[in-house]
Amino acid sequence: MYDIKALYEAASVDDAVRLLTEHPEARIIAGGSDVLVQIREGRLAGAELISIQGVDALRGVRLEADGAIRIGSLTSFSHITKHPIIREKINVLGEAVDMIGGPQIRNIGTIGGNTCNGVTSADSASTLFAWDAVIELAGPEGRRLVPIQNFYLRAGVVDLRPGELQTGILIPKRSYEGYQGHYIKYAMREAMDIATLGCSVNVKLSPDKLTIEDARIAYGVAGPIPTRAPHAEAMIANRPVSEGVLKQFAQAVLTDLNPRDSWRASKAFRQHIAVVLAQRALAEAIRLSGGEIYE
Amino acid sequence: MYVGKKVTRVDAYDKVLGRTRYTDDLCDKSAYIARILHATIAHGRVLSIDTSRAEQIPGVVKIFTCFDLKEKHYFPTAGHPWSTDPAHQDVADRLVLTEEVRFYGDDIAAVVAEDEVAAARALAAIQVTYQEYPFVLDVQEAMQDGAPQLHEAYPNNILAHTAIRRGNYQEAIQEPGLIKVESWYETPTVQHCHIENFICYAQMEGNRITITSSTQIPHIVRRIVGQALGMDWGRIRVIKPYIGGGFGNKQDILYEPLCAWLCMELGGHLVKIDIPREDTFVSNRVRHAIRSHIISWVRPDGTYAARKLEAFSDQGAYASHGHSVCAKGAGAFPQLYPCENVEVDAYTVFTNKSVAGAMRGYGIPQAMWAVECHTADVAARLGMDPVDFRLRNLMPVGYIDGFSKNELYHDSFRQCLRKAMAAIDYDQKYKAYQNQTGDIRRGIGIAVFWYNTAVWPISLETSSCRMVLNQDGSLQVQLGETEIGQGADTAYAQMTADALGVPLGQVHVVSCQDTDVTPFGTGAYASRQTYTAGFSIRQTALLLKERILDYARELTRMPPYNLELSAGNIVRTTDGRVLMSLGELATQALYSTERSQHLTAESTAQIKSNAYSFGCTIAEVEVDIPMCRVRLLDIVNAHDAGTLVNPALAEAQVHGGMSMGIGYGLSEQLLFDPKTGRPLNNSLLDYKLSTFMDHPRLRAVFAQNPEPTSAFGTKALGEPPACSVAPAIRNAVRQATGVAFMEAPLTPHNLFRRFSEEGLL
Repeated sequence: MYDIKALYEAASVDDAVRLLTEHPEARIIAGGSDVLVQIREGRLAGAELISIQGVDALRGVRLEADGAIRIGSLTSFSHITKHPIIREKINVLGEAVDMIGGPQIRNIGTIGGNTCNGVTSADSASTLFAWDAVIELAGPEGRRLVPIQNFYLRAGVVDLRPGELQTGILIPKRSYEGYQGHYIKYAMREAMDIATLGCSVNVKLSPDKLTIEDARIAYGVAGPIPTRAPHAEAMIANRPVSEGVLKQFAQAVLTDLNPRDSWRASKAFRQHIAVVLAQRALAEAIRLSGGEIYE
Repeated sequence: MYVGKKVTRVDAYDKVLGRTRYTDDLCDKSAYIARILHATIAHGRVLSIDTSRAEQIPGVVKIFTCFDLKEKHYFPTAGHPWSTDPAHQDVADRLVLTEEVRFYGDDIAAVVAEDEVAAARALAAIQVTYQEYPFVLDVQEAMQDGAPQLHEAYPNNILAHTAIRRGNYQEAIQEPGLIKVESWYETPTVQHCHIENFICYAQMEGNRITITSSTQIPHIVRRIVGQALGMDWGRIRVIKPYIGGGFGNKQDILYEPLCAWLCMELGGHLVKIDIPREDTFVSNRVRHAIRSHIISWVRPDGTYAARKLEAFSDQGAYASHGHSVCAKGAGAFPQLYPCENVEVDAYTVFTNKSVAGAMRGYGIPQAMWAVECHTADVAARLGMDPVDFRLRNLMPVGYIDGFSKNELYHDSFRQCLRKAMAAIDYDQKYKAYQNQTGDIRRGIGIAVFWYNTAVWPISLETSSCRMVLNQDGSLQVQLGETEIGQGADTAYAQMTADALGVPLGQVHVVSCQDTDVTPFGTGAYASRQTYTAGFSIRQTALLLKERILDYARELTRMPPYNLELSAGNIVRTTDGRVLMSLGELATQALYSTERSQHLTAESTAQIKSNAYSFGCTIAEVEVDIPMCRVRLLDIVNAHDAGTLVNPALAEAQVHGGMSMGIGYGLSEQLLFDPKTGRPLNNSLLDYKLSTFMDHPRLRAVFAQNPEPTSAFGTKALGEPPACSVAPAIRNAVRQATGVAFMEAPLTPHNLFRRFSEEGLL
């Protein structure tokens, strides 16, 4: 039995925005895999909820006219993993969300919920950071676009204004075209776990596969919100594909990371793993791009 | 014959179809919901509890605090058979609610409400003020003079200390040329994590109270509720329906006394207590964390001159099963690798932590962690092959233990080792994995285990059985030994069918125990079910058969000694002719206008034997050193559990135990905040129970030497599979990396720390 004060069901995006405006205390519930847990824990006990389960317009993946990939916020993780557009263009996102929880959670959990929850460990978030994703919001004043790096404000808090609903996530064409990515979830077990550290890397190689033209790296759980490692990214641009460069890149990530020291994992441990993950994720992304790493 | 066959579980279809009804399915929706308020300090005294705000919440029926207890009946909780000798009775140190707080999570008040939401709101609205005392979390710190004291009667917090002395240790270590190997080993606090959380409900009729509980031990629950409430035991009726696992946590009285007390305080109204998972970790029972110190004095030829073990067992805040857990491991020490000069000191010590009780293996997984890690360390020190070293020292066939009188009738250890080594291709892998370098390395490791069957001669062993013939020749079988998911009912059906001589389909095992109607029995624990129930089943079946054949004599006019019951027919043994079916006989017997007879039998078997049940685990791992991770590649358990009544269920039992052992070795550990004593990871997210995805294919092989003391050749298999898995994994990691781990589990944090210390990172 859950302690829920009221449940409103939205019929459309406009209806959801209207309900949010009428009930400013209410929370959006999508799959419920975070919200219901928080109600049970007491953190959201007695909450008013607005369900968007009936808003089918928020589901699905498609290519926009400008080549951007648009993922509806209510798309479940398992649908993302299996979608042909995702598999062809940004397969790493499908792989990343396939590491969330277990099969039941991946069938009910949504990418919109995963990002609006605002936690640093969300498996979709570091990959979306790496892809320079853009968050699409609908509100009383209409549509608003926010780069994902600005959407995350602080631990557990995202840039959702009163009456606003997340409607989609956009991956611009320039972000993914010519790039390959790899995500490593470092957790204490192989399923049903949250990341101790997550690392997502994209790379674009030169046509001869000998030079790293651009690499982007993002982490979850290396700080209060997902974060990129700009120093490492800057040092590796236009450098040759080599073991030595990979090692330098991996070491450089520490400049930008600020992992916590907690009973779940020590700061020293997270820093050590962050370096190992950077090197391995980049190496795998290079391999996926057809590159070879020389000593 | 059905014993030895892979027959389908008697409850398979019901469980798969969702038709089995568990405690919560049976509880009427009119039940009041009780929730327990747990202390939020590790040690101290409740000064006051302000319930005024909570009482205003709609739906709250009544709030009871530790100050509402009019009579203080201290009660023990261990699910042991009662001892009529006061010196051997379990320690009675619990109250249904307590003013004295001894651990973070102690039970200080209870809310009763009309539904879960009101109960949860009320819990959150109660204000408690405490007087705080210093607390102690470490087992050896707790033994020091001046440490915070938990119980007045136990100075230095020592609940019990036992010693074993064999030969002369001090003299033996003077032998020239001995090599001394000394280490400390440590196991974590872990929890059972059965699927169904503890739940019970209680209701009164007349002056009697009926408690339905998810328990392993219904008859013991009746006795302890009586003790806890100061009631005549016969006024208490306990019903045990199907349960979703117990693993020893439900071999303890958990909240049945509190539920019964609340029910009686509310005029007998139906009250339900359904424990949330988070509380199950903290306020039920856990496995004793044990720190072990072993010193071995070894001759260069690989034989032991003298050995010493000190074990420090963390009891937590209350006695529960107490010292019997640590004592079991200590008792195994001189037997597993017999040595003429042995000293053992075992201590069980109170700390301000969650209460430790029974858990699958009962002290042996802890002991095997210490002993089998140590065995690998000694072999490595001597430069000996770990298998050769074990073969030289393991208990030989014909060994007899002076206390239990257990005899090793077959060479179980060597047979199991050979079977497991062949199954996993040990020799070749061991050779291939020697002296590796690089980031990713593989290793293979062995651990053996000692176990026994049932509790004789430490405690009573008794089993009672009733068989009742129906009109059609089928029968109901009732036993006090409980089905807790392990498949006991199926084993009972197989044994009954064979002992009586009827088809399996004619045997209906009554799964539910009801203390008003089920014959007396002490329940499921100590890997005793098939062994102990086997005696009373066989004895009762023979009694019933005698009555059936006596009735057949009248109907057939044949002498009973020329009759036999076989495959459900009355057969004349002289020529094998089927004279009539049991169904025909039963119909006659019940409806006869000449001589109507209700054919039934009931008997008690007291068992004054015990049986060794030995085996081993071999694990193969891949260690990713920079990632600080162990991946289990392959694992096999070998067991000599005597005759397997049902090889398919036996294999499943071994798989379950191996899974538990994998968690113990690699990921599971309940953590406590050193500053407050608060449990940190009491949820299934933060407590890393291993999953299906963390396991390779689990394999089980068996050496089936029929046990001569047993009614059906069987012996323990419930707990043994969990006993040797963790040290086998650790020894495999040792071969792969050269790093000896002393503390379980081998989590990435542990690997990071040790690999850093050893310069591997």
